[in-house]
Amino acid sequence: MTMAIQTKGVCMSFGALTVAEDINFELPVGARHALIGPNGAGKTTFVNLLTGRLKPTSGSVFLGGLDVTHLSQADRVKKGLGRTFQINTLFNKMSVLDNVCLSIAERENISNQFWSTAASQKRIIEESLELLNLLGISGDSKVLAKDLPYGKQRLVEMAIALGLKPKVLLLDEPAAGVPSVESHRILQAIDSLPSEIAIMIIEHDMDLVFKFAKKITVLVQGKVLCEGTPDEIANDRRVHQVYLGEGHE
Amino acid sequence: MSQHIGYSANARLRWTEVLPWVFSALVYYYLPEYLSLGARVLIYILFALSLDLIVGYSGIITLGHAAFFGVGAYTCGILSVRFHLTDPVLSLFISALVSAVLGLVTGAIILRTKRLTQLMLTLAIAALCLEVANKATNITGGADGLSGVSIAPIAGLFNFDMFGKTAFLWCLLVLFVGWYLVRRVIFSPFGASLTGIRENNLRMQAIGAGVYGKLMYVYTFSAALAGIAGALLTQTNQFVGLNVLGFEPSGELLVMLILGGVGRMYGAFVGPIVFLIAQDFLAKQFPEYWTLGIGVLLLFVVLFARGGILGMVDRILGLFKGSAK
Repeated sequence: MTMAIQTKGVCMSFGALTVAEDINFELPVGARHALIGPNGAGKTTFVNLLTGRLKPTSGSVFLGGLDVTHLSQADRVKKGLGRTFQINTLFNKMSVLDNVCLSIAERENISNQFWSTAASQKRIIEESLELLNLLGISGDSKVLAKDLPYGKQRLVEMAIALGLKPKVLLLDEPAAGVPSVESHRILQAIDSLPSEIAIMIIEHDMDLVFKFAKKITVLVQGKVLCEGTPDEIANDRRVHQVYLGEGHE
Repeated sequence: MSQHIGYSANARLRWTEVLPWVFSALVYYYLPEYLSLGARVLIYILFALSLDLIVGYSGIITLGHAAFFGVGAYTCGILSVRFHLTDPVLSLFISALVSAVLGLVTGAIILRTKRLTQLMLTLAIAALCLEVANKATNITGGADGLSGVSIAPIAGLFNFDMFGKTAFLWCLLVLFVGWYLVRRVIFSPFGASLTGIRENNLRMQAIGAGVYGKLMYVYTFSAALAGIAGALLTQTNQFVGLNVLGFEPSGELLVMLILGGVGRMYGAFVGPIVFLIAQDFLAKQFPEYWTLGIGVLLLFVVLFARGGILGMVDRILGLFKGSAK
């Protein structure tokens, strides 16, 4: 079975500080995976290694079976790797619609056209509206991203990544900062995504993790501690120790 | 008056956008004694427009935009004085090309940097250009400037007259073409992605955009426009001096743009009009202290009118609309 994304022996260190150590990771096509771990475990670093924002000190990253270790972030995106950010990374003074159109335009390779007007790109705009509709925020398409309530901004964050029609989607704490009463909306949105996308979320909200993931990887101090189904992870003593300290069973 | 751009924008021409051209026609017919000042204003509008494209729309920080203006001006002057190439259209074209090449080469360096580093590099490049023009006396005339520039009639028909009528119309025509091009670019998908880069460079990279390439395109285009503006100045003044290069004209231009309003296209129209007319008026009244007046004006705008004069107009119109409801 080909893996949507895969790493082999990925290491990363900043000087003497090792933030990723020999990580072998596999995400099959259509996976619903969660990456968890205590603060400072290197989860976001790992995402940055996958997306190419950081280059590993050693080891390789494969995307759909292809070695992409030396490809830039933009090239990996073109090969189907999408991500969202832990902290909202939106185009603040642009409308919600434009936020999504920008990424669709990139995917469709029209973003260097300088003679047609953007407003005449009906196909792009319609697709963008459909996507916003899917996430339940089409009513806010004309609002500037910065004027949206936080929870909806999280959805725009996701919409931008979805505009790329990624094969692999990395969601970095999609529900971060969203009140728990609203986080079900984020989960709803994730659930409604096409099943062929391989999705990995990094999340602290365990409720969300256990509802969403079919498989969980636990990362501690830059190393994979264990990997398994939600049940296995919930009953793993090492995981309890990491999260709750010694002495808890 | 500010316009939203991008996919959700309406790119059709608004009636307010016709105003600059109507206003120019009025100046031409009713204020013939001000045509040379008028031509100067038109040139600086084109120059400010080129700056707005990179500073206002693309988020590139520069204090050295006069490098392109000056190189355009000198290219046009040198073509005429040293090579006897006096055709205005051709010399404009070559000046644009030379400035564009300079934009491409310097852009390759400065666009890899951000913020203060970028600012300092643009400043350094402008200072370098100034020093080259200052030292290469046998080509540029050095501190004495390059005089004796002669320009052939436009298309062999319209001579540059002493009243500045032809010059004014020529500048107006070139500005119109420049404005049309800039407007096309701003409202295009490319323009939208420039705004995307300004708003969030990191995210643009994360959606796979070739940020560096896009910035290179726009920087080169902007440099060419600034070069054309510089060449126009040489053609209308028939003289080039060191004052077109370096930090001072770069800073002055930025002041004009901030006065008018950054990132709104027409701020580049309002700023130079207000600045140059104020300069003309104040220099006559208070020959020694006129910069003080400009300073007070700028202070006022920065403190009380964020978004420049056009931003202020927007807010006042907003108040009226608000009370009408």
